[in-house]
Amino acid sequence: MTRHRGRGIASINYPIGMNLGGDPSQALVHSNPSGKFTVALSSIDLGQGMKSVTRQICAETLGVPVEDVYVDTADSDTGPHCMGSFASRGTHRVGNAVMMAAREARGVMMEAAAEELEVNAADLETDGRGNIHVKGAPHRSISTKDVAIAAQFKQGKTISGRGIFLVPLSDVDPETGEMSPATCYAHACLVAEVEVDDETGEVAMVRMDSAYELGRALNPRLVEQQLVGGAWMGISHALYETPEPYYPDPSHGPRDFVEYLMPGPGDICPHDIAVLERPAADGPFGAKGPGEMCANPVLPAVANAIFNAVGVRVDELPITPERVLRAIKAQGGARPQARR
Amino acid sequence: MAKTALQFRHNGRDVAIFVDGGTNLLAALRELIGDMTPKFGCGQGGCGACSVLIDGELHLSCLTLAETVAGRSVETLDSLKDGPNLHPLQRAFADNFAAQCGYCTPGMLMAAKALLDRNPQPSRTEVIEAISGNICRCTGYEPIINAVLAAASGGRARA
Repeated sequence: MTRHRGRGIASINYPIGMNLGGDPSQALVHSNPSGKFTVALSSIDLGQGMKSVTRQICAETLGVPVEDVYVDTADSDTGPHCMGSFASRGTHRVGNAVMMAAREARGVMMEAAAEELEVNAADLETDGRGNIHVKGAPHRSISTKDVAIAAQFKQGKTISGRGIFLVPLSDVDPETGEMSPATCYAHACLVAEVEVDDETGEVAMVRMDSAYELGRALNPRLVEQQLVGGAWMGISHALYETPEPYYPDPSHGPRDFVEYLMPGPGDICPHDIAVLERPAADGPFGAKGPGEMCANPVLPAVANAIFNAVGVRVDELPITPERVLRAIKAQGGARPQARR
Repeated sequence: MAKTALQFRHNGRDVAIFVDGGTNLLAALRELIGDMTPKFGCGQGGCGACSVLIDGELHLSCLTLAETVAGRSVETLDSLKDGPNLHPLQRAFADNFAAQCGYCTPGMLMAAKALLDRNPQPSRTEVIEAISGNICRCTGYEPIINAVLAAASGGRARA
């Protein structure tokens, strides 16, 4: 029995969101008489942090403290439409919709403030701490709360905004087949090192080194948590998870979550991550999206590392011990490739 | 079916309930006592989301017959916080981004508490072993392991 080390590399080019129907998401923003703002979304935060990021985007666009914004994703019946939380699209699509809605709401807020201060709205600015004042004259100031009260009870204005982000539909060129299905691409490169046991076919992760280019990281800690967790999912898809049976007979397949294999805390490996920020032209504050794409480079990198270790090319997922062992047997033994 | 009277300590408080034969502890806690902190994941002891402490020892409440805790002390996640103050483990989980969807978190916290109660300064390997019965779908485990180590060192950085 020998354990063979191998190293594999993969690079990916990931389109943010999808092309179907322009992949739209909507957002509605309104102020309460307290001067606090609510963002209504149907988009679901599964724990990735979309509520935190849309809150930051809304606060920054309105020019108010982040504490003054509440994101409500409670109900897809009463909320504005969203295509869903998938394809790394939340920050980019929903973020853009929130930005558009917040801009419109800010316009109304500034008009209402201008009426109270008896100045032109174009001469006003927000201080980011809950006040609006005349440019160059901070003492000519009114709080967003007082503006909200005036709008609600005196002026009869709703400080609110509507937002939608829709990717322009791209038709297929009938001559060349060319089209532009996405407007924004994230990138990643990952090196995986594995150890393959040529007697059992088992693959153990040794380490990973990666670089992700995600546009601007609006919340670096949330980006990091997505990359760490996403890479684990990549390992899981590469080596463990399948709803299909591991053996030809379906009765051996997983029937429930107990038999559906996933790596445990002892199966992970050190992972060094570099985040590169190259702002996206059409992203909210330059952001793309660190979602599904976090997992993707792991799969080909692991497959390549297995080839480097024992010389077998497994083109079915997951790369189970049985598949590795059958491939090794078929070629008459492990054939370690040049170390790289 | 006849119901059985059952008394035990639940997070330091005496409780008395009537259970059907075969009722598991998880169902008793959630449905009869209203403590929703232990989670139903697989119902077969495979995921650890329902983990609780019984007399200080880590158990899977979905595989524990409720009647077997008569006269014993059961601790759930609900016992960790002290009013608005988080337990050091909860604080460390928050600081280290050790929760995303949060469904595994109650079980992870109880497994970590069981570890730190008997071994206040565990190694990384001991932490991994202690949470190896708990499945997490989101975090990749690394932030959870780091959170437990951070709580063990009282917030001080560890080598």
